[in-house]
Amino acid sequence: MSTTTPAGDQQHQQHPIGLYLKIWALLFLLSTMSYLVDYFHLQGYLRWGLIVLFMLMKAGLIVAVFMHMAWERLSLVCAILLPTLGLLVLVALMAIEADHTHLARVLFFR
Amino acid sequence: MSAATLPVPDHRAEGGIGVKGLVADWSSDRHAFHVSWGKAMMWIFLLSDTFIFGSFLTGYMTVRGSTTVAWPNPSEVFSLHIGQSSVPLLLIAIMTFVLITSSGTMAMAVNCAYRRDRVNAAALMIVTAAFGEIFVGMQAFEWSKLILEGVRPWGNPWGAAQFGSTFFMITGFHGLHVTCGVILLVIVAIRLLLGHYEKSHNYQIVEIVGLYWHFVDLVWVFIFALFYLW
Repeated sequence: MSTTTPAGDQQHQQHPIGLYLKIWALLFLLSTMSYLVDYFHLQGYLRWGLIVLFMLMKAGLIVAVFMHMAWERLSLVCAILLPTLGLLVLVALMAIEADHTHLARVLFFR
Repeated sequence: MSAATLPVPDHRAEGGIGVKGLVADWSSDRHAFHVSWGKAMMWIFLLSDTFIFGSFLTGYMTVRGSTTVAWPNPSEVFSLHIGQSSVPLLLIAIMTFVLITSSGTMAMAVNCAYRRDRVNAAALMIVTAAFGEIFVGMQAFEWSKLILEGVRPWGNPWGAAQFGSTFFMITGFHGLHVTCGVILLVIVAIRLLLGHYEKSHNYQIVEIVGLYWHFVDLVWVFIFALFYLW
């Protein structure tokens, strides 16, 4: 691989500053909204649903626009984004494990 | 004897033997990613970092889900007293806005670098580093406040002991990343101004540092949602 960037790579990364400002404003708005979820003491599934929704929207905007993933070739996008889905397996397994430990503690250690 | 005359290509010989052969075999002049090696390597590093933070947050989920003691309410723990009233999570909200703002200035620095505007690119990188430093300062304030209130990795006055250990581990590791990012930004900005990248006429280092900085912001999005708001 050469150290210089292929000309095509430089060309397709030219975006107007306005695009970044719009994403910036959107990120501000989403952060404010997730802060308001806490401020108004929303509880239960509504709270968790909104928190996760705003979190994923912010993450998507940062990765797609600020990190230019939206304009990368599919081979790079797949190589970087697909392996992270493996974390979902870990989360699922550890959620079961946490439930099990919690149950054992409630039954035998209280 | 006749077998020796057959034109069987000997792939082993192409790249030589030993370490040279290993390098030739693994590189083999095949491009999987049509980006510069520096950018590809930064992406792969960020992927590995994703797994580190992912494991930290999963560990936090596990200890929070398995404890029978009530978890301290982050909304109250991280509130600030202004006058008579206490505003929940105020400092954390400000830290979030500071980090998002720094991400915005970084994106514009990368944009300037594409247009070969090296003075503005370096200036915006310094602004980004300054926002990062403000963030680290506020985090240091938050840590000192909590330590004064009695939060330790092994216990705290409000509930589950695991609160302190996960808090210090996750935010500490994130703060370390921000600090490294600030140092990296300042170094690259100074090198850019001094004309280190003029010989190769290649400003892609700005984009690579930018990827790292946006990743630090990205991790904060998850910490903010899962640790502070949950």
